[in-house]
Amino acid sequence: MKLHEYQSKQFLSGFGVPIPAGRVATTSEESRSVAEELGRRVVVKAQVLVGGRGKAGGVRLANSPEEAAEVAAQILGMHIKGLPVRKVLVDEAVESQAEIYLGVTNDRVKRCPVLIASAEGGVEIEQVARSDPQKIVRVWIDPLLGLREFQARYVATVIDLPREHWKQFTVVADGLYRAYRASDATLAEVNPLVITKDGRLLALDGKIVLDDNALFRHPDLAEMRDLDEEAPAEREARMFGLSYVKLEGSIGCMVNGAGLAMATMDVIQLFGGAPANFLDIGGGAGADKVAAALRIIHSDEQVRAVLLNVFGGITRCDEVARGILSALGEVRTKMPMVVRLVGTNEEEGRRLLAKADLITAQSLAEAAQRAVELVGQELAA
Amino acid sequence: MSILIDRNTRVIVQGITGREGLFHSQQMLEYGTQVVAGTRPGKGGEWVLDGKVPIFDTVKRAVEVTGANCSVIFVPGKAAADAMLEASDAGLPLIVCITEGVPVQDMMQVRKFVHAQGGRLVGPNCPGILSPGASKVGIIPGHIAIPGNVGVVSRSGTLTYEVLYALKGRGLGVSTCVGIGGDPIQGTTFLEVLEMFEDDPHTERVVLIGEIGGNDEERAAELIADRMSKPIVGFVAGQTAPPGKRMGHAGAIVEGSSGLAVDKIRALQEAGVSVAQHPEQIPELIA
Repeated sequence: MKLHEYQSKQFLSGFGVPIPAGRVATTSEESRSVAEELGRRVVVKAQVLVGGRGKAGGVRLANSPEEAAEVAAQILGMHIKGLPVRKVLVDEAVESQAEIYLGVTNDRVKRCPVLIASAEGGVEIEQVARSDPQKIVRVWIDPLLGLREFQARYVATVIDLPREHWKQFTVVADGLYRAYRASDATLAEVNPLVITKDGRLLALDGKIVLDDNALFRHPDLAEMRDLDEEAPAEREARMFGLSYVKLEGSIGCMVNGAGLAMATMDVIQLFGGAPANFLDIGGGAGADKVAAALRIIHSDEQVRAVLLNVFGGITRCDEVARGILSALGEVRTKMPMVVRLVGTNEEEGRRLLAKADLITAQSLAEAAQRAVELVGQELAA
Repeated sequence: MSILIDRNTRVIVQGITGREGLFHSQQMLEYGTQVVAGTRPGKGGEWVLDGKVPIFDTVKRAVEVTGANCSVIFVPGKAAADAMLEASDAGLPLIVCITEGVPVQDMMQVRKFVHAQGGRLVGPNCPGILSPGASKVGIIPGHIAIPGNVGVVSRSGTLTYEVLYALKGRGLGVSTCVGIGGDPIQGTTFLEVLEMFEDDPHTERVVLIGEIGGNDEERAAELIADRMSKPIVGFVAGQTAPPGKRMGHAGAIVEGSSGLAVDKIRALQEAGVSVAQHPEQIPELIA
């Protein structure tokens, strides 16, 4: 789960990371009054959970409260990469002499947190990593010791930070690390961290991504979830304990287990089709879950056929078959459906399904081929 | 014969009174696994499963009384990190964590601690370990595999079952199947399991099942090129997965240009692994 810039900066500021004066606003009037309070030039920034806001015209300067209101009115009506802008952050405009990148994230390979910094701030760090990898410095943090001051100091020297800023830089790095720990973040970054014309370090932009598995510890942060971040179908899936990701193809997939679900999508592609989604119905396959999954797949207008692939391990295939039959009673559909049931009690499961108007397949390859053929026939008809 | 677990493995089930814990303890007992104790704070002194398995309040006590040498964890995600640390602190050399949903930052600490204690952790978010005909620790259905000389290591659950079942269908048996789990930080990676298979005289060939996310498959490929003499068949799930989206498993995500299936497949092929186009091809490639 991602936090907005204004939420991230507010959170970071609680750990001693200095941020500009400013406040979030939901109307142009409110933006005007924030600008009046600040009493100086401001920057109005769209609060949406995608990158590239600046390029899309979602970040603009305003010289007066009137201009702030005007600019906010324009930005609040925008959609950026499909997401509606519902809030803007009105911050004091700051003149900077240098822009730094500073972030803490989980390093999967080294299996510990890593502090990343670069003197090339203000652009996406992935871009710097591609174009100028030597301009990025990383220090790995012992998860039991935490970030130590010498590590932050080392980073300051490598990015050629002028000496007079070292002390403050270690304070910012320490605050960033503590905020990362305190929020169970998978990423906490300040980009850019600027040196202002008057020689202060200031976090102009901030980003925090939270570990969904740790939200139980942070009910206050979990409440900040922006529902626009998730597509409605993904949200519904989450409520039913399903894992769903929409894709662009025409064959809806319903599978038990994430690895098998991905493999099923891959096999569809191997035989010339295109999967419409990833959908893991999880362990077991009760009628309620199967029905919810069917509804979600049907809500995708691109779907022309459904492929249900279930491996019965502990769950028995005959139970799964009953779940499917009962779900089909609930969700009426004319969509052709290919069902493949393998594992415990598979014969019994197939026998039960034979009565329904379903196409059954023995192997995954056969099931995928049948689904691809069905879509082909549908398009030809 | 097998790696990690065999007939002599004595297992404690942490969270034995929960629905999953109790059900799978029963399944493990029926398979022949020595389930010697369970833990559930506050229920020490009681017995479960028709009086076959005693419950203890703490892992330490359970180990002292039963001489267990392995623990399998079924407690909820919130409590799993603590359970792993407790098992490690009690000196257990093998800890298998089935639980899904463990916070990543917890896992980084747990992994470091368990390693420092000299123990081995498998998981979390994994189906566990099965040595067909000898023992199973976790939730892999016992009847879908037969004893033999193929070692299986996988980041997945049901996809692994598919492969075991397909191998059985071709009369191919398994020495040990290790589910290392679908989380970004795992206690045990492909590397350690591959080395164990290489050193196990009863494993003659290996099936490796990977998926998108991270670079464990690439690192496995390096190890395979350097020191694996046994033939290996691989499969990598997620070729059709879009970037930036978590595909069910917390660890199955393509981030930027990292963790792509195509790179993993190429790395494995360059290391001499025959990579199956789909899971059902695995038995014919390994036979």
